[in-house]
Amino acid sequence: MTTELKLIPSGSQTVGPYFRIGLQHLIDCVPVPEEESPELITIRGQVLDRDGTPVNDAMLEFWAPATEGKEAMGKDDQAPYPAGFRRAATDANGTFSITIRRPVSIALGDETMQAPHFLVLVFARGLLRHLISRVYITDGPSNVSDPILRQISPERRGTLIAQQDGPGTFRWNVRLQGQDETVFFAW
Amino acid sequence: MTNLATVREAAPNTQPAYHFPPYISSVARSPRLPLVLLPDTHTEKTGPVFGHSLIRPNDSDLTAQHEGYPLGERIFVHGQVLNEDGRPVRNALVEVWQANAAGRYRHKVDNHDAPLDPNFSGAGRILTDHEGRYFFKTIKPGPYPWGNHHNAWRPAHIHFSFFGAGILSRLVTQMYFPDDPLQPLDPIFNSIPDEAARNRLVARLDMNRSEPNYALAYEWDIVLRGHGDTPFEEPRR
Repeated sequence: MTTELKLIPSGSQTVGPYFRIGLQHLIDCVPVPEEESPELITIRGQVLDRDGTPVNDAMLEFWAPATEGKEAMGKDDQAPYPAGFRRAATDANGTFSITIRRPVSIALGDETMQAPHFLVLVFARGLLRHLISRVYITDGPSNVSDPILRQISPERRGTLIAQQDGPGTFRWNVRLQGQDETVFFAW
Repeated sequence: MTNLATVREAAPNTQPAYHFPPYISSVARSPRLPLVLLPDTHTEKTGPVFGHSLIRPNDSDLTAQHEGYPLGERIFVHGQVLNEDGRPVRNALVEVWQANAAGRYRHKVDNHDAPLDPNFSGAGRILTDHEGRYFFKTIKPGPYPWGNHHNAWRPAHIHFSFFGAGILSRLVTQMYFPDDPLQPLDPIFNSIPDEAARNRLVARLDMNRSEPNYALAYEWDIVLRGHGDTPFEEPRR
């Protein structure tokens, strides 16, 4: 199908400081883990601004699809939303914690694999449009061969890699600006 | 190294810049290093789908979530969620939140000296129907002061969050009301450089859907990123 009609996507506006009124329900309503994917991981971290001040009103959304070809959109009739999606909000210390299905390696074309990762959306008062980042989850050297990470300059690459600090637990901070500024993507 | 497919950037001036000094909070929270082109892989092409079990009775009637009726001007808000091809986005999750008629949010950090309404929470959610349409009933929110600059007031608005087909369709924005003289003064509204794009955030008074002797209606259509080839309910092949 071809079509000439192209509409311009609507403009973004900040989520503001009061988003929990309308958006908290997805944080509270965490579906029971699917039986077929029992492996869950926890990611904890902190969102910081230019001055290293904790951002206590940020919202993060993590997304990783299931293996390609299977449950591509995460449709799951049992749960209200899929195990590869989680929303979190930061507390007074700017910290967040999510427990989510462990991401899998994903094919990129016919011969390359992407290392396990999440796409991360960052919303906050002060962000007129959400930021998009990635966080890689690794217990081994697989990141080294990830084609996306390889395109990021070595000195910034580390901002996209979660550090394992226990069995199934990882740490990853989001630095919005300044020293060790997280890599964000244009879209 | 092969060239990776990347996501097309937004049309110029149709989206706010991250760093927009008139909006003070953007200054220390916006990235300064160059953004990297977003790869266009299976991760970006897919996204979560939400089930009807998320929606409770009265989630689309913000005037009926308590024992009594909230104070203020009762309104209907409706519209169609489309993708860039102009096709309806079905089963999109729409989440809304807003201040009450006095301009006060039911939130612990809102210290504006205006009354809370015991009959108004200000939260709703809807899944769009087979034509991509949403509809809800609420109270028109009031404008309210904020600390951005001297005598700063936000124009009346309702916050909206959308999930369409694929994670890149994600949009959080605000709906404004027609003929509000606070809009030209508001740095958040004016963060979108293109006037036409900015004005698409303003709803239209819709007398056809208004109910005589009961409530006025406002119509507000939304365009989410994404095309007909964005997979939705069926797995990708």
